[in-house]
Amino acid sequence: MATQQTATAGRALVSPSVILLFIWMIVPLAMTLYFSTLRYSLLDPDNTGFVGLQNYTSFLTDPDFIAALINTLVLVISVLVISVGGGLLVALLMDQPVFGLNVLRLMVIAPFFVMPTVSALVWKNLLMNPDSGLFAWIARSLGFEPIVWFTNWPMLSVIIVVSWEWLPFASLILLTALQSLDEEQKEAASLDGAGAISYFGYIVLPHIARAITVVILIETIFLLSVFAEIYVTTSGGPGVATTNIPFLVYKQALLNFDVGSASAGGIVAVILANIVAIFLMRIIGKNLEG
Amino acid sequence: MAIKKSMRQRVGVTILAWVVAFLIFFPILWTFITSFKSELDAIAMPPKFLFFNWTLENYVEVQQRSNYLKFAFNSVVLSIGANLLGLLIAVPAAWSMAFAPGKYTKDLLMWMLSTKMMPAVGVLVPIYLLFKTLHLLDSLLGIGIVLMLINLPLLIWMLYTYFKEIPNDILEAARMDGASLLNEIVYVLTPMAVPGIASTMLLAIILSWNEAFWTLNLTTSNAAPLTAFIASYSAPEGFFWAKLSAASTLAIAPILILGWFSQKQLVRGLTFGAVK
Repeated sequence: MATQQTATAGRALVSPSVILLFIWMIVPLAMTLYFSTLRYSLLDPDNTGFVGLQNYTSFLTDPDFIAALINTLVLVISVLVISVGGGLLVALLMDQPVFGLNVLRLMVIAPFFVMPTVSALVWKNLLMNPDSGLFAWIARSLGFEPIVWFTNWPMLSVIIVVSWEWLPFASLILLTALQSLDEEQKEAASLDGAGAISYFGYIVLPHIARAITVVILIETIFLLSVFAEIYVTTSGGPGVATTNIPFLVYKQALLNFDVGSASAGGIVAVILANIVAIFLMRIIGKNLEG
Repeated sequence: MAIKKSMRQRVGVTILAWVVAFLIFFPILWTFITSFKSELDAIAMPPKFLFFNWTLENYVEVQQRSNYLKFAFNSVVLSIGANLLGLLIAVPAAWSMAFAPGKYTKDLLMWMLSTKMMPAVGVLVPIYLLFKTLHLLDSLLGIGIVLMLINLPLLIWMLYTYFKEIPNDILEAARMDGASLLNEIVYVLTPMAVPGIASTMLLAIILSWNEAFWTLNLTTSNAAPLTAFIASYSAPEGFFWAKLSAASTLAIAPILILGWFSQKQLVRGLTFGAVK
């Protein structure tokens, strides 16, 4: 039995990745935590000092922060509803006996592979531009005034772009889950004369419930960090209308050079993400047991 | 009769599915078409769908005016280089966790996963300052290290789930025959693990190629990949839609093709094995 030797070798093989991840996450996080208690501006780097929780109180009572928090929640929840709801419908449709499923699947998943800066700029210009965008042409053809998307409905516009990126992800994962449903179970249900609704409610939904939960949790983690789409379209504006927490932290750190305040914002973002992460980890952990 | 009806139903569902899929795909198709227009045709009202003078001038201009190839080169180097480096670290770790799990292996896996869930803004400030001090801002080395590290948990996790599926009996047999650890890895494990490693690598390349938080914040020009290059079109002067479309088409085409090959792995990789 080479167990002892294997265990030692195992530790040697795992440790590089553990050390790297430790340096990458825990150390900077500790630094963020430390910076968040300092008065520290890059514009005035000599004037530092311990200020306790002052950065948090000023960050948390800043109206921009409240707006950013609300924007973040609005963005995450709206995109979740659209992408998971729409994705479920698309997945159910693709799960029917359709011709050319392979090609259909390629078309549906494609937006997920488009880099965020491209998606955002293509939607903002080619589609949503009020003068020459395609949507404006459709609106005019139907006799409506074109909508000035990013000026009058900035948050809605960002929500639409981000939903387009994530609906394919939800569709693909839910379709995969749907297709793993037993043929026999389907037949049994139809022999028992189950109607479409009770079939969906009693057989399909329980079967894909876990996949839906996983999609929601994973999307939430990514959606809490939406950045590039806002960066290239609205820069958080007009005003703070589309500033979410990641963008606010970026603004404080790299545009206002206020390290202390940005760090406090970073910690707030970490706490928000962790609330979601705990649930996701529990589900994945359960899976690991099996 | 019944067959006829179900056939009609099937055709109906198929048409509906194709319409939906076409609408979802349309923005990409529209970008592709626009990339062959002149700038005037690109903003023409009513829009020109297929009947215009197809031209390749945008592709030429994107290269000549803004040195597209340099950014594409950076994207290739970063997404492949960072993940090759990542594999070097992840394969041994995943191997040992899958085949010689210790008491804390599960906790360790969960901890690695948790680092992936940390929002990037939480560590933006220290990383930025550190990079500034070390002169790693806007360097391929610096952003490459970051891309490697953000994908490392995913690499380990995916490899772990693939390695877990390799039957332990075969390894036992090799050990019984007196294969050393190294031989076991090289001759027994690797051939069986190659498909898993390849699909892991594929997904990791896609994710790195499209990564747009660190690449936008840590690079400006020298090390900037395509994500940052496209972002430079957000402050336009004059007519630019056709060129934006050409640059976008070039930026997404390779990854779209890779992505289409890796759909199955995508589901598994992105859900950390929770949906297969």
